[in-house]
Amino acid sequence: MAVSSSSFLSTASLTNSKSNISFASSVSPSIRSVVFRSSIPPSSHRRVMTVRSKIREIFMPALSSTMTEGKIVSWIKTEGEKLAKGESVVVVESDKADMDVETFYDGYLAAIVVGEGETAPVGAAIGLLAETEAEIEEAKTKAASKSSSSSSAAEAVATSPPPVTSSPAPAIAQPTPVTAVADGPRKTVATPYAKKLAKQHKVDIGSIAGTGPFGRVTATDVETAAGIAPSKSSVAPPPPPPPAAVNGKATTATNLPPLLPDSSIVPFTAMQSAVSKNMIESLSVPTFRVGYPVNTDALDALYEKVKPKGVTMTALLAKAAGMALAQHPVVNASCKDGKSFSYNANINVAVAVAINGGLITPVLQDADKLDLYLLSQKWKELVGKARSKQLQPHEYNSGTFTLSNLGMFGVDRFDAILPPGQGAIMAVGGSKPTVVADKDGFFSVKNRMVVNVTADHRIVYGADLAAFLQTFAKIIENPDSLTL
Amino acid sequence: MQSALSLSFSQSSLPLANRPFCSSNAAPSFTPRNLRFCGLRREAFGFSPSKQLTSCRFQIQNRRIEISASAGNGAPSKSFDYDLIIIGAGVGGHGAALHAVEKGLKTAIIEGDVVGGTCVNRGCVPSKALLAVSGRMRELQNEHHMKAFGLQVSAAGYDRQGVADHASNLATKIRNNLTNSMKALGVDILTGFGAVLGPQKVKYGDNIITGKDIIIATGSVPFVPKGIEVDGKTVITSDHALKLESVPDWIAIVGSGYIGLEFSDVYTALGSEVTFIEALDQLMPGFDPEISKLAQRVLINPRKIDYHTGVFASKITPAKDGKPVMIELIDAKTKEPKDTLEVDAALIATGRAPFTNGLGLENINVATQRGFIPVDERMRVIDGNGKLVPHLYCIGDANGKLMLAHAASAQGISVVEQVTGTDHVLNHLSIPAACFTHPEISMVGLTEPQAREKAEKEGFKVSIAKTSFKANTKALAENEGEGLAKMIYRPDNGEILGVHIFGLHAADLIHEASNAIALGTRIQEIKLAVHAHPTLSEVVDELFKAAKVDSPASVTAQSVKVAV
Repeated sequence: MAVSSSSFLSTASLTNSKSNISFASSVSPSIRSVVFRSSIPPSSHRRVMTVRSKIREIFMPALSSTMTEGKIVSWIKTEGEKLAKGESVVVVESDKADMDVETFYDGYLAAIVVGEGETAPVGAAIGLLAETEAEIEEAKTKAASKSSSSSSAAEAVATSPPPVTSSPAPAIAQPTPVTAVADGPRKTVATPYAKKLAKQHKVDIGSIAGTGPFGRVTATDVETAAGIAPSKSSVAPPPPPPPAAVNGKATTATNLPPLLPDSSIVPFTAMQSAVSKNMIESLSVPTFRVGYPVNTDALDALYEKVKPKGVTMTALLAKAAGMALAQHPVVNASCKDGKSFSYNANINVAVAVAINGGLITPVLQDADKLDLYLLSQKWKELVGKARSKQLQPHEYNSGTFTLSNLGMFGVDRFDAILPPGQGAIMAVGGSKPTVVADKDGFFSVKNRMVVNVTADHRIVYGADLAAFLQTFAKIIENPDSLTL
Repeated sequence: MQSALSLSFSQSSLPLANRPFCSSNAAPSFTPRNLRFCGLRREAFGFSPSKQLTSCRFQIQNRRIEISASAGNGAPSKSFDYDLIIIGAGVGGHGAALHAVEKGLKTAIIEGDVVGGTCVNRGCVPSKALLAVSGRMRELQNEHHMKAFGLQVSAAGYDRQGVADHASNLATKIRNNLTNSMKALGVDILTGFGAVLGPQKVKYGDNIITGKDIIIATGSVPFVPKGIEVDGKTVITSDHALKLESVPDWIAIVGSGYIGLEFSDVYTALGSEVTFIEALDQLMPGFDPEISKLAQRVLINPRKIDYHTGVFASKITPAKDGKPVMIELIDAKTKEPKDTLEVDAALIATGRAPFTNGLGLENINVATQRGFIPVDERMRVIDGNGKLVPHLYCIGDANGKLMLAHAASAQGISVVEQVTGTDHVLNHLSIPAACFTHPEISMVGLTEPQAREKAEKEGFKVSIAKTSFKANTKALAENEGEGLAKMIYRPDNGEILGVHIFGLHAADLIHEASNAIALGTRIQEIKLAVHAHPTLSEVVDELFKAAKVDSPASVTAQSVKVAV
């Protein structure tokens, strides 16, 4: 640290703004150098007064020897503004510090090619300087053709305060400000943030109908006009909350939409935030669902038998899923980058449990290999840890397949969301007596449950899932293998 | 307060003997005062070694004597009721009173309003409470900032009344501390508006008292230019704003100095949009230009703030009859109408006017200048004929030299030094100033243009050293690398002319520089001092180290080097 900072410091201390400008050249490594490139050499430029273009480019200067590109922190001048020699025009952030860049020439900042917050390589044109006001338009056209992505610079709207009206009289004479629009030219009243946004999104603020108090244009109006969702803030600076206290009452600052009266805001807990994040992420995975009815008479009978030994239904289902997965490894695979998928070496069945209003998925590792009793024991241990919030990360995020069971609530079927990073999730409904007809047409009443699997269609196809479910159903219907 | 007391014991006897006070009285007055002094120590800190217990007994007796003395006008021990009377119990008066007691003076302080004055009740103190809230809001709302820490916080909100209560509770607490500290020391707090009746004679309420020396410390009130109608609801001054009775959607702040800037920090953090109205051509006049440029980039541009410069608010009408607050702007130079603004509220932060009306200055032939009481460099009041008024001093905002709470206090201490026989001239260039925005701004001494002007006049060279917070470990750990420290100095002798800091905790960082200026420490000496790593103070350290002083390091400095 000491070395890098002191090298910067020594440069800084030697330099002083005023004296430097006059000597600055593109050769000097000075921190305040400004590089201007003119299409005409300065000497000829002076003689030939009829030269068509006196538009200079403002370059991204090299502010340090290691700098390869710079970020525009802010433009101190706006487009169309007059510049005097030596004035700061733009602030550039290099790898070391932010520096003001000053102009060599008098003139007008005709166009901004690289906007605030954007980066440009050293030497690239970041703006255009016109010598006279008349050339601003020309420069803008040039800028429009020059800049690829940020071509919009040329059509920038005037951002200075609205045109001066020297007659405040009409505004005062009006009975209510809302009806004011009717009587003649009334200037647009826009809030400071609305003006900032309008500048940013290149919206003509004069064309926006204000919906704020007294008909003023608010930030929301500008966002609506710019066609962006007001709730999403694409701005770099932190979005402070929208104006809070109406009629002096204490309210809580939130993002849009406005709250209904008396509603309360409860910030997400860490667990809720994590769930929220995972759920949003899951939207990027193309999924499909396949349902399958499974007879559970044999399973129920087995459960009755092993229950006294501490075996839970969760362990039975996990074991069954694990064994089925072992035969269909593709369902146990995961696709993380969208380009390849990986067969997981272990079959780790995550089981969703609701805990204190939260949701967590403790993982039964090697569900196919462990026996029922060990699995049950393990499961109890995990649930205990989950309740006391002592699960270790590998105990809740190492799952390769998820099981979610809402059967105990009487749910007959449901649809689960695939957690990111896994190939499939199984939603287990409740088992209930159902009238079934066998292939000979005889009716009988059997206990039946519906399982519904959601899978990542990038890696698991319909036939894969169907085959997996068939295997799973066979295991459940002939559960003796579970106890082996 | 504590440091003052710890010094007091050793000092108490010496200056007393030297006092230019009726010498015959010196001996008898010495003892009781000294004893009373012991007593206050006991009261203040409750420690009671046996030696002091005895002295306390004396003290009680002595008090009785004093009371009877003052009742029986013209008692032999004294010709005055008090050694020092201070009019105004703000921070300046408080600082003077504490120091006076330490020096053994019998002191009275007169207050017509609440103890603590502007700073404690309507200024620095409650505003710091609001700024503490705004700083946290700002951080919590800054998703990017939080993410950079790996923190997840959502939906930061605030309860306006809770914020307002924090500010008023803080003011109350500090006010009580101030009152108690004076009571504990035995300062008589007299209630009523004080006025000067004549030389060494003061009136408060219906009482008249005499004092050997008198300090006027009546402070200031918000200055409201004419044409502006303050209703306390939608058109307000800092007095109202600190109560935070509402948080308007859009507030215009007239004036972009310390007060305006701090309030813009508070209001934008609480969700308001702000429009600055500044009469000068640049925002934040008075700051070093480079600092104000950076401050504008960090404190103004990315926030929901816009501004009009070079304009006066010629007329401001409060919101009424369903109309918003109307502000008429005129060009500051041509006086031509320029624009009209419609906002929800306007805060007038155009500076402060001295509060010197009704002080009875005409009784002693003193004419105020724009309300300020003229004083010399020793705070001695100058009368209409340009002569010094004996035994009358004026400190703080009322003299307008440097309108800062700690400057008033320093001036008060300087006056007490003088009246107890030690000549003292306060170096105002060593008084630091700070603006508690996020991040903070602080400064001491000259700005770069001022220094260059002085250099040209006096024929010396000026150099500038700069450091960035971007290179500071602690600042980066806090993800607060935005900041600049700048020192203006003389390369020929290493004198520090001014230091300006913009960055995290700048207000706490300035004192190394201000102390160096006050003590006359040269860069070549201070640059060898060691700073803990990693701390923000290394920013200042780097500043000293970056300076290039022509002359070789002084002998002492070199010997230190050898010793190390």
